[in-house]
Amino acid sequence: MADTPDYNWPPMESRKVMGKGYKRVDGPPKSSGRAKYTSDFNRKDLLYGVYLHSPYAHARVTAIDTAEAEKMPGVAAVHISAPAGTEMQWEGWEIAAVAADTEERARDAAARIKVQYEVLPFLVDESDLSKAGARGKAGGEQLQGDPDQAFKDAEVTSEGQYGIPVINHCCLEPHGSVVQWQGDTVYAWPSTQDVTNWNNGLAPNIKVPAANIKVKMDYIGGGFGSKFSADAWGEVAARLSQKAGGRPVKLYLERRAEQMIAGNRPSAFARIKIAGKKDGTVTAWQSESWGTGGFSGGGMPPIPYVIKPGLANYRLLHTNISVNAGPSRAWRAPNNQQASFLTCCALEDFAAKAGVDPLEVFKKAADYAPKARIDQYKYQLDKAAELADWKRLWKPRGQSGGSIKRGMGLGWSQWGGMGHNSQCRTTINPDGSVLVEIGTQDLGTGTRTIITQVAAESLGLPMGAIKLAIGSNELPRDSASGGSTTVGGVSMSTRRSSVNALQKLFEAAAPALGAQPEDLEAVDSHIRVKGQPNKSLTWVAACKKLGQGKIAEMGQFNSRQPAAGMVDQGAAGVQIASVSVDTETGIVKIDKYVAVQDCGLVVNPRLAESQVFGAIVMGISTALYERRFLDNQTGKYLNPNMEFYKLAGIADVGDIQVHMDIRPENDKRGIIGLGEPPAVAICAAVANAVANAIGLRVPHIPMTPDHVLDALEGRNA
Amino acid sequence: MLSESNCKPKGRCLVSSKKQPELPVEPKGRFSRRGFIRGVGIGGGALGTGLLEREVEAAPAAAGVVGPGPVAITLKLNGKPVNLSVEPRVTLSDALRNHLDLTGSKRVCDRATCGACTVSMNGKSVYSCTVLAIDAQGKDIQTIEGLATGNALHPVSQAFWDNDAQQCGYCTPGFVMAAKCFLDEHPNPTLEDVKHGLNGNLCRCGTYMGVRKAVLEAAQAMKKGAKNG
Repeated sequence: MADTPDYNWPPMESRKVMGKGYKRVDGPPKSSGRAKYTSDFNRKDLLYGVYLHSPYAHARVTAIDTAEAEKMPGVAAVHISAPAGTEMQWEGWEIAAVAADTEERARDAAARIKVQYEVLPFLVDESDLSKAGARGKAGGEQLQGDPDQAFKDAEVTSEGQYGIPVINHCCLEPHGSVVQWQGDTVYAWPSTQDVTNWNNGLAPNIKVPAANIKVKMDYIGGGFGSKFSADAWGEVAARLSQKAGGRPVKLYLERRAEQMIAGNRPSAFARIKIAGKKDGTVTAWQSESWGTGGFSGGGMPPIPYVIKPGLANYRLLHTNISVNAGPSRAWRAPNNQQASFLTCCALEDFAAKAGVDPLEVFKKAADYAPKARIDQYKYQLDKAAELADWKRLWKPRGQSGGSIKRGMGLGWSQWGGMGHNSQCRTTINPDGSVLVEIGTQDLGTGTRTIITQVAAESLGLPMGAIKLAIGSNELPRDSASGGSTTVGGVSMSTRRSSVNALQKLFEAAAPALGAQPEDLEAVDSHIRVKGQPNKSLTWVAACKKLGQGKIAEMGQFNSRQPAAGMVDQGAAGVQIASVSVDTETGIVKIDKYVAVQDCGLVVNPRLAESQVFGAIVMGISTALYERRFLDNQTGKYLNPNMEFYKLAGIADVGDIQVHMDIRPENDKRGIIGLGEPPAVAICAAVANAVANAIGLRVPHIPMTPDHVLDALEGRNA
Repeated sequence: MLSESNCKPKGRCLVSSKKQPELPVEPKGRFSRRGFIRGVGIGGGALGTGLLEREVEAAPAAAGVVGPGPVAITLKLNGKPVNLSVEPRVTLSDALRNHLDLTGSKRVCDRATCGACTVSMNGKSVYSCTVLAIDAQGKDIQTIEGLATGNALHPVSQAFWDNDAQQCGYCTPGFVMAAKCFLDEHPNPTLEDVKHGLNGNLCRCGTYMGVRKAVLEAAQAMKKGAKNG
């Protein structure tokens, strides 16, 4: 047996399973309602947990009395999260929780908890930097080159102000878990993006060894970056269970609380100036930006987006504003959506000022992109323009006639997407059955299908021959599904464990074929001698040579030791929105949306396209509708629901065209994550299309009628 | 109009789903979810469509005061009578999920916006989060669990799979039920019909492109199935 088996992917043209658009393997349970999510958990002894939340944006608990609640019928346990003295910094802060035998009784009891508050002053509006006062925390200035000189020398300068609001993840399945704490063992069924590590955050809080916390999850109803840790509610569910004598407690946030406290995307506002030449070349950037991610502030968007590496002159100043509202969480490409929006809008405004086609301005600006991506962006800009028929349909700002005006806009994205640490075990049994085990999770991105494809490709078997186990922390360790890292990680560990297992099978089968193990190959459910297809055993016959023993081989991937040609990072994408704006009503409609996206080697083009379609639908929703309204008078979240926090429906998203940039030069880079990159550029593209249509900038996302009409009537000062 | 008892339990009112067999197909969009919300606005409470009156008229008269404790009820579920005991304030969605382990219907918005809880009631799609279990007595209720037997897939479920009209899958059962009821009423839909007919369901993963194709394809499959059957 060779010491280092060849793990490399088969060449693009000879892959039989990878690269093919298989339907997702968990499709039938999902489309028939048989898939059991952890929030579907039922058992006779189940208790229902219900939270009591702070009604105030900022208040101190001065007294709390749970006596009456504890005596309510059906109540098994009460837990206080915010004892007297607790200063609560946002509406929805968890005060206490009740576990009862029915959900209705738990609600009744939670309503009987008596709390006295000292209501405190609050800040909930960060849109005006000058009003942030001490709640604003400025980061240091970032300076490159000599922007002042560049602005003096500029042939063209442009400036604008832009804003993108706080929005919510709106996972359809709310945050929560079922937890049962029995003796020294905790069984947990959470809704999580991190099955392997969910126990680690909980363990120290409840002083139970992490190894004693058994985590299981088959399906998750959306995460988008907001569902990694056990969270406070995981711990509270455990404590309620313990107090209730070890009965399982189901504690999921109700929709209102879900919107308030389970995460959001930070806002970003900026005043941006760009200097450049008449031909559309950008020479300098200056920005003062701010935003909030809740009480502890948010991160700084990486502006100027994409072009920072090569831009000679810039000055950046960012201020984080702390507000009394629920904390932010990772949101499908954290900070990148904001950065793309701010940067692409400023570039488009510069193009308009210079009187140059923005496509040309973006292409020139692409020279400042990371070196390895420059050609990629230029190719993608041209490809997107071709698909959107830009050369024919694009017109300079404000030249669309009539009351319904049409416009086109550009946006771009970048993302890493290197595979994460992952371990996998491939077992080949003497009866020919194959089991692949990996402690990962499928967020709906198609992880199950991808793993199955990689294993099938590696073993020369059809998809149906692979049995897959995921969703438990007792399986080989994987990592969190965040940062678009899962596809690379699980593909690597699956490939390696499967190739390792196959080597063992070759060793067992070699004598019967009169060959050396290294001369064998697995093709079409046969083990055969390379170059002699007639010298072969069926897969099942080869596995019989194992006798009573089975093969169980591990494979692992360490993200710090990337495998060239197998996995990579650095995806690029360009998107173009074509919109209609009714200047009488302010209503914006998406006519057509084009996305060009690369992600290296594409394991499953059907699922990859679904990822891009989905990201764009989500992005259009954020660009046109979504906004968290916090009331300046009361500090309260006015639309913590799904009827007034509006999401795009099936009729609202126009026609979307996805072009996966699958070219040999991308394929040879290996697998790159795709979950996040296509979700980045939509607000940018839509906002630019609106500006192009109506001839002036609507500075604030979402492109709702009020924002559009304000801009048209000059109410933006 | 609405009876007080329908409004009280969770501060919600009985609102019909968007699909009404007797409504004219044209003009489209008048009765869509978004159209409704846009029309009514944040402060709006009046339903100008006349849906509500018809819905309430059709409901059986209250047989007297029940509750607040659990009451024995019988639901006609997927063709079979099922006995259970629930408090009068328990929604059909919660009764299905918490009491009967029929968890295909999901509770998401819990107030008749997102459609994840969609079931069929007397052949019409309804938001089960906004129907009380006691009010669902005497009606033919079909949940996604009753669409097909064993491992078989209903043509709509099959089309959702075939067209990858699902990602996380949490909205999918509601979408499938809404699509099934929609197709029962509109066996020959255009793409525009599908967009309006399914606009009462929300998906956060953004599977709408797949759903559009799936519903059109399912229409063909159901017609074939009807012919062969």
